[in-house]
Amino acid sequence: MERSTIDLWVGMFMVVGLGALTILALKVGNMGSLGSSETYQLSAEFTNIGGLKPRAAVKSSGVVVGRVAGITFDNEKFVARVTMNIDSRYKFPLDSSASILTAGLLGEQYVGFEGGAEEKPLAPGSALKLTQSAVVLEKLISQFMYNKAADGSGSK
Amino acid sequence: MFNRGAIINVRAIGHRTIDSVMRFGYASRFFALTLLNSGASFRRPHLIVRELYYTGVQSMIIILVSGLFVGMVLGFQGYQTLNTYGSESALGVLVALSLVRELGPVVSGLLFASRAGSAMTAEIGLMKTTEQLSAMEMMAVDPIARVVAPRFWAGLISMPLLAAIFSAMGVYGGYLIGVVLIGVDDGSFWSQMQSAVDFREDIVNGVIKSVVFGIAVTWIALFEGYDSPPTAEGVSGATTRTVVTSSLAILGLDFILTAFMFRGV
Amino acid sequence: MATENLVEISGVGYSYDKRRTILSDINMKIPRGKVVAIMGISGSGKTTLLRLIAGWFKPTQGDIHVDGVLTRELDRDGLYKMRRRMGMLFQFGALFTDLSIYDNVAFQMREHTDLPESMIRDVVMLKLHAVGLRGAHNLMPSELSGGMSRRVALARAIALDPMLMMYDEPFTGLDPISLGVIRNLVRRLNDTLGSTSIVVTHDVQEALDIVDYVYYLSEGVMVAHGTPEEMRASKDPLVHQFVWGEADGPVAYQYPSRKFNEELELV
Repeated sequence: MERSTIDLWVGMFMVVGLGALTILALKVGNMGSLGSSETYQLSAEFTNIGGLKPRAAVKSSGVVVGRVAGITFDNEKFVARVTMNIDSRYKFPLDSSASILTAGLLGEQYVGFEGGAEEKPLAPGSALKLTQSAVVLEKLISQFMYNKAADGSGSK
Repeated sequence: MFNRGAIINVRAIGHRTIDSVMRFGYASRFFALTLLNSGASFRRPHLIVRELYYTGVQSMIIILVSGLFVGMVLGFQGYQTLNTYGSESALGVLVALSLVRELGPVVSGLLFASRAGSAMTAEIGLMKTTEQLSAMEMMAVDPIARVVAPRFWAGLISMPLLAAIFSAMGVYGGYLIGVVLIGVDDGSFWSQMQSAVDFREDIVNGVIKSVVFGIAVTWIALFEGYDSPPTAEGVSGATTRTVVTSSLAILGLDFILTAFMFRGV
Repeated sequence: MATENLVEISGVGYSYDKRRTILSDINMKIPRGKVVAIMGISGSGKTTLLRLIAGWFKPTQGDIHVDGVLTRELDRDGLYKMRRRMGMLFQFGALFTDLSIYDNVAFQMREHTDLPESMIRDVVMLKLHAVGLRGAHNLMPSELSGGMSRRVALARAIALDPMLMMYDEPFTGLDPISLGVIRNLVRRLNDTLGSTSIVVTHDVQEALDIVDYVYYLSEGVMVAHGTPEEMRASKDPLVHQFVWGEADGPVAYQYPSRKFNEELELV
C-alpha cells in the first residue's frame, strides 16, 4: 500500500483516538468544570462523619463547589477532621455551617454548606465552626423505637 | 518407596520449571534489547507509522463495534438493576465507571491481543521461518531494531487510544439505550456521571492500565514470534500461546493494578 | 592487507554441545575471484560452515580469517561492518514479503547509506537489470515464481557490490530453465563484479560446471577436495557415490535397522 494512504489512515486513527480521550476527559470525567481550576482549603470538625469518603462532593444550595480532600481522626478532641478543596471562585461567610447530608434516602453522602450572615469571608485554611454530623440511620431508628415505646407505656 | 514413574515425573516437573524460568529470562533480555535498540525507530518514524496502521487502524473496527455493544448491554443490565432501587439516574455513573475503570482497558486489551497480537506473532514467526530475519541479520541490519522495536512502540501507542475509543463508544452505547431508548433523564445521566467520574482517579488510571496492557501484549506477541520454532506448527503454536498468555497477563495485571489504584476509595 | 586468499579456515570445529559435533577440523582456502563449492549430502554441516564464515556462530575450535581479519575477535559492530561487504543468497530467497521488489533491492542502501532516492533508483534498476527483472520492480514477492524470487534475492544480495558472495543451496526446487539462469548468473556476476563466491549445494552436476574448486564434506569432516575434473574422476567411494548419485554405497540406502527377517519375525 502507498505510504501516503497509510499515513492518512494512521492520522485518522490518531485523531479518533485522541478525540475519544478528550471526550472522556471533558464529557465523562468533567475535567472542564472542576479539578483543573484553582482551589483553596477549608476544614471542619464533625463528631460523626457517617459514610463520608474522600473525593465526596461539597455542595452549597445543591451546586458542587468543591471536594473532600482528606479525612483524619483528631486523637485529642475525639472528632473527625474533614479537609475540603473549595473552588476559589466561591467564597463563604465566616459563620457558614457545614453538615453531612445524604443524597436521597440511601445515596452517597456529601458535605453541605450553608452561608451565614457575616460580611467577612472564610480565609483559606480556616475551619468552619458550625457543623452538623451525619445522621446515622441506626441511631435514628433506635431513637424512634424508644420514643414509640415511651409513648406506648405512658398512654397505658 | 518411590517407583520409577514417580521419579521420572518429578524430574520432568523440575525440567519444565527450569525451562520456563530460563525462557522468562530470555524474554526479559529480549525486552531490554528492544528498548535499547529503539533509537532507529524514532529516527525513522515512518517505520512506527506503518506498524500503527497494522496494529491500530486495523483493530479500530472491532474496537468500535465491541465498545458500542458492551455499552448498550451495560445500559440494559444497569437499568434493570438500578430500576429495582429506584435509582435509574445513576445509570450514567454505572456505565461510565465500569467502562473507564475496567471494561475499556481489559476488553480492548483482550481484543487487541487476539487481533493485533496474534497477527504480530504470526508475521514475525513467518519472517523467521522464511529466513527473512536471517537475511536481515546477514545484511548487517539488526532485526530487533528494524522489525521488533517499531512494532513494540506502535502497540504501546495504539493500545491506550483503542481503549479510549472503546470506552467512549461504550458510554455512547449506554446513552443510546438508557436515554434514547428507555428514557432515563438526559440531564441526570450526564450530570451524575460527571460528578462521580474523576479525571485523575478514574480516567488517568484507566489510561495507565491500558498502557501497561499494551506493553504486556506487544512484548508477549513479539517474543513468541521471535522465539517460535521455524516451522508451520511452531508458528501456529506460538500464535495460540500469544493469545492465551497475553489474556492471562491482562487479567492478572488488571487485578494487581486495581488493587493498587482503588484500594483507598 | 590484501591476502591471496579471501577466506582462510584452519582447524575449525563446531559443536552445539558436548555430544553433538557438527564440524571438526575443517581446513579451507578460498582464493580471491574464484567460485568455490562446498558439497555434501543433507546434514553434513555445509550450511553451518557458511554461517561460521559469516560470523553467525563462533567456531568452538580453530580460526577463520576473512580478508585477513580474524572473525572470532570481531565484536558486534565489527561483524556488521564485515557483513556489509558480504552477500548471501538464501535457500528460498528470503525476500521481505511486506516490501515490493524495488524496496527489497533498495533495502540495504536505505538502511546503511544516505544516498538520495534518485541514486538508489539507478542502482536498483542496474541490479534488477543484471538479473533480467527490471520490468518487475513494482511487483510484490508473492507475485513472483520461485525462480524469479531467487533472482530478485540475488539482485538484493549484490546491491552493495559485496567482496564475498555466499549461496546457500541456490539450485534447490527450481525448474530446469530457472536453474540454468541462476547457475549462469552465479558465474557471471562473480566475474563481472570481481567478487569471490562460495556455493553450498548438493546439486552436483549443475555446480561442477561452473565452479573452480570443490570441497566435499561428510558428517562434519572434510573428506575430499579438488577441481571439478578431479572430483568427477575421484576413486574415493564416498565422493564417487555422491557425484554419480548412486543409491547405495558408503552412505547406506537403508536407515539403520534390525535385520529384515528379524523385523518380519520370520526367525
